[in-house]
Amino acid sequence: MSNIPETGRTPRVTIRLVVLQILVLSLLFTLGGRLWFLQIRNGSEYTAQANSNNVQEVVAPAVRGSILDDKGVALADNETRLVVSASRTDLLKQKDDGKTVLTRLAGVLHMKPEEVLGKVRLCDSQTPKPCWNGSPYQPIPITDEATTQQALQIMERREDFPGITAEPTAVRRYTAPFGSNTSQVLGYLSPVTDDELTAAEKKGRSLLRSDQIGRSGLERTYDSELRGKAGVTRYEVDNLGRVIGKAGETAAEPGSHLVTSIDARVQRVAEKELDEAMKVARKTFDKVTGSLYKADSGAVVVMDVHTGQVIAMASAPTYDPNVWVGGISGKDYAKLTGKKSNFPLLNRAIQGQSAPGSTFKAISTSAAVKAGYDINGRYPCPSSMTIGGRVFNNFEGESAGSITLAHALEISCDTVFYGLSYDQWLKDGGTKPKKHPKDWFYKTAKEYGLGSLTGIDLPSEVTGRIPDRQWKRDYYEANKNYWCKVAKSDKQDYASQIARENCVDGYVMRAGDSVNYAIGQGDTLVTPIQMANIYSAISNGGTLYQPTIGKAIISADGKKVTRIKPKVNGKAPATKNTLKYINEALEGVVTHGTAAWRFGGWPQDKIPLHAKTGTAEVAGKQTTSWFTTYSKDYAIVMTISQGGTGSGGSGPAVRKIYEAMYGVQKDGAIDNKKALLPHPLSKLPKIDADGTIKITKAAWADAPQGPAVPQDTVLAAAALPPDRTGYLLPGRRYRS
Amino acid sequence: MSAHSYAARRFTPERGTLGKLLARDSILRRMDWLLLGAALALSLIGTALVFSATRNRTELTHGDPYYFLLRHMLNTAIGFALAAGTVALGHRRLRGAVPVLYAISVLLVTAVLTPLGTTVNGAHAWIVLGGGFSLQPSEFTKITIILGMAMMLSARVDAGDRLFPDHRTVAQSLGFAILPMAIVMLMPDLGSVMVMAVIVLGVLLASGASNRWVLGLIAAGAGGAIAVWQLGVLDQYQIDRFAAFANPALDPAGVGYNTNQARIAIGSGGLLGKGLFEGSQTTGQFVPEQQTDFVFTVAGEELGFVGAALIIVLLGVIMWRGCRVARNATDLYGTIIAAGIVAWFAFQSFENIGMTLGIMPVAGLPLPFVSYGGSSMFAVWIAIGLLQAIHMKRPMSA
Repeated sequence: MSNIPETGRTPRVTIRLVVLQILVLSLLFTLGGRLWFLQIRNGSEYTAQANSNNVQEVVAPAVRGSILDDKGVALADNETRLVVSASRTDLLKQKDDGKTVLTRLAGVLHMKPEEVLGKVRLCDSQTPKPCWNGSPYQPIPITDEATTQQALQIMERREDFPGITAEPTAVRRYTAPFGSNTSQVLGYLSPVTDDELTAAEKKGRSLLRSDQIGRSGLERTYDSELRGKAGVTRYEVDNLGRVIGKAGETAAEPGSHLVTSIDARVQRVAEKELDEAMKVARKTFDKVTGSLYKADSGAVVVMDVHTGQVIAMASAPTYDPNVWVGGISGKDYAKLTGKKSNFPLLNRAIQGQSAPGSTFKAISTSAAVKAGYDINGRYPCPSSMTIGGRVFNNFEGESAGSITLAHALEISCDTVFYGLSYDQWLKDGGTKPKKHPKDWFYKTAKEYGLGSLTGIDLPSEVTGRIPDRQWKRDYYEANKNYWCKVAKSDKQDYASQIARENCVDGYVMRAGDSVNYAIGQGDTLVTPIQMANIYSAISNGGTLYQPTIGKAIISADGKKVTRIKPKVNGKAPATKNTLKYINEALEGVVTHGTAAWRFGGWPQDKIPLHAKTGTAEVAGKQTTSWFTTYSKDYAIVMTISQGGTGSGGSGPAVRKIYEAMYGVQKDGAIDNKKALLPHPLSKLPKIDADGTIKITKAAWADAPQGPAVPQDTVLAAAALPPDRTGYLLPGRRYRS
Repeated sequence: MSAHSYAARRFTPERGTLGKLLARDSILRRMDWLLLGAALALSLIGTALVFSATRNRTELTHGDPYYFLLRHMLNTAIGFALAAGTVALGHRRLRGAVPVLYAISVLLVTAVLTPLGTTVNGAHAWIVLGGGFSLQPSEFTKITIILGMAMMLSARVDAGDRLFPDHRTVAQSLGFAILPMAIVMLMPDLGSVMVMAVIVLGVLLASGASNRWVLGLIAAGAGGAIAVWQLGVLDQYQIDRFAAFANPALDPAGVGYNTNQARIAIGSGGLLGKGLFEGSQTTGQFVPEQQTDFVFTVAGEELGFVGAALIIVLLGVIMWRGCRVARNATDLYGTIIAAGIVAWFAFQSFENIGMTLGIMPVAGLPLPFVSYGGSSMFAVWIAIGLLQAIHMKRPMSA
């Protein structure tokens, strides 16, 4: 017994117990080390995983702001429609990629199965319209015109319609108040593309897959203001996707409203009169071509001369902007963009450019004065001039003897301006120009803003063109290879002869170029908005504004009002004296000049009008009608392509717009109560905290309230579907 | 205190209650307080963790958030009472009860195989008692194996006949353990069988059995594992678990889901954790079986490294004290029991925490003192009672 200790342990057992203890403790150390590795070293990684694990974001789209006219009448707002949409992801899970379901859906919606199938396929270069050009992960709208009954049919038989939903959704609506259309100015929306989503992410702006983006017009320029911010509720969810709490919430911020300077009623009149003028032109015989005028397109701009704000802007041909709502059909799209369409999507007021004809003479007058010609001098107005071996006729071949510049403007004498421009061309060195030619006629036009963008708040404006020496050189560089190739041929036709000349020295500004230029013919191109801007400046004493349509951004609750202040682009290149002189001359155009025959009975003493007519010749086409006019408050510029003479084609239409705005009756009396806008409106419409927009009542008129009070915006927000939190994650199973 | 008064007190035949409690040989004075304290602390932490893991599991709690909390507290109380009873009875007196305990254990594990048994999470290891309570006989079988083997292996040594148990005794004791293990294997409750194997190893180690037995057992264990794998005795889910352990990225929504979510829960806890009841993984019920086998993930997420490490430290304290008890035991019987318990706790804790940390394959084993589960709670507290009983019989000098 002596070698058995009291504790009952032999040394072997003692050693083994120590081994056991070491083993046990090292196991625990292993655990501690691993715990440190997971929690401390890699903790942040797992924290991120945990966060993504149990937070689901539910996005509530923001209601897009309305576009209002100057009095608060909605030009674009939202309405609640029952939108039936299909989830591509769900459809593709079905055996036949959802064909059966879509065909069944087509039956319920009374649509053709092919049409429904077409709407859900993705656009690519080979796919003809219709197709879906939004994100493939976003529900694709099939129709936004479902009836309640159809929606119920779909939602009550969900098992028959997997992947199909029918929900009330706020949908853009172009309200066309008073029959105005304003389509090209308003623009349109279409779904966000994947590229835009990635781009927005990089910039840190948030775009949703379900977002619509302004593609043109005001919808595009003011897209970010109108869109607002989608609300995101971050729910903590459990392993089954059930909501167990809120992790955070950012409320949806409805988009702000855009108050424009457009007056829906004036817009309506402008659109109607442009249309009428074109219709009349199409019944008018053109002596030159021996056929009726085609009047294929036209534009009219009404501008507040004191601010450069656009009160009406119409472009013909036009279209119904509502075709874009809820996705455009293939047929409609072809109608808007096809070769035969004549491109109604173009806003010809800012994108249509043509030679200005005699409306350019106001600019030439400024140029002549700047060049040093006596403003009170008299200049010969023969029936024709021979310059550089070519005969340049006065328009309609009349001779008026020696006349003032004012008279030259009134009767639109071409030869006065030929002479002045030719003289300048000679002074600048003729065919061998000086090193630093003065080029007064070109410089002045540029200083009036021609050849460059006005900067109006609409996308895709074009610059027009002033064919100065630099342009001639650029043009020569671009074309000389072609010219010189043609020049080598033996052909003796006119084009070949010109090519032969151009091949040698096509970059030289010739006498003929300068002469033609001075009366707004030749290579000069202007846009209606540029002309409206110039004549506004002549009216307001020389300030060239940056034209705007947006007048103010007002938050949805009406609390935050941001006015869009008129910006000054520059000063007209004319002294007060010159402007006064031109001003008087242009009044003469109305009282006893080229436009007088159109303004008989006009209350000129009460509402003095000023105008300049223009009839621009276009190679191979009928003449372009230009009519640039202004009163003390407004400038109205109308142009009709292949529409005849300035006063003939556009005169009556422009007069009617003035009549409507000032309330001028047939007998020449002024009825203030019927005046649509006797003076520009600087007051903004009020928006209440509840989102109701108060239409400004004109103090001078008891005009009936418009039919489209855009309270639908509020309704639409309330009618949006509740947060979609029912998405379940696949269940987890665990076995022990 | 002088030696005189000390001695006088010791041999005073009649003592008051307070005197009894304060006496040097009294239960209170001879108790291993550190061991008890660690076990109680773990139980307390476990109560909070179980509550946190279950208060939102309405499909389990039937709408009563305190369902598991109350049952867990009751289990702990019963466990504590069982420990006290074990101390009162003394480990030596239990020696005589071994045949009865063995018979009951074998009977119960066999009963599980009959229609009386219930399958939970793939293991057919439970007998439902009703009232939300159920019995997992394999937990008690662990104690029976420890007691029985300790009794057999120590009998001749403690009698002074031999220095070490002879081969026959060792073989007999192994035979004693293998029968219930085989039955548990049939359930199949692989986790419990592994724990029992480690217990057998620990017991043999402490008994002083020859190295050949110890090494042989390890070799047999390895061979057995290979055989089990090769013979296809394992269910597919068990194979899948091992596969998922080898490659956690495999099928994160399926087999790898448990371990992935467990690791996310623990990893996201960081140093100080998200705060008790604040864990998003726990509240979101992303970790399955979180109140039982995966309870450690609650600690990891909500109490962070500090809290989770505390649990490991407390387990370490229990095992350290257990080893100390084994070293100081007056007889080999006590040494073997204590070593067996330490091996049991050590392996089960390592396997349980290890699987949540992704360093061990998933096996359905509870974390001692912390996990919800009556049988396990009773068994580990009985083990604490045994350790205390052995500790009290230690020589005065120790």
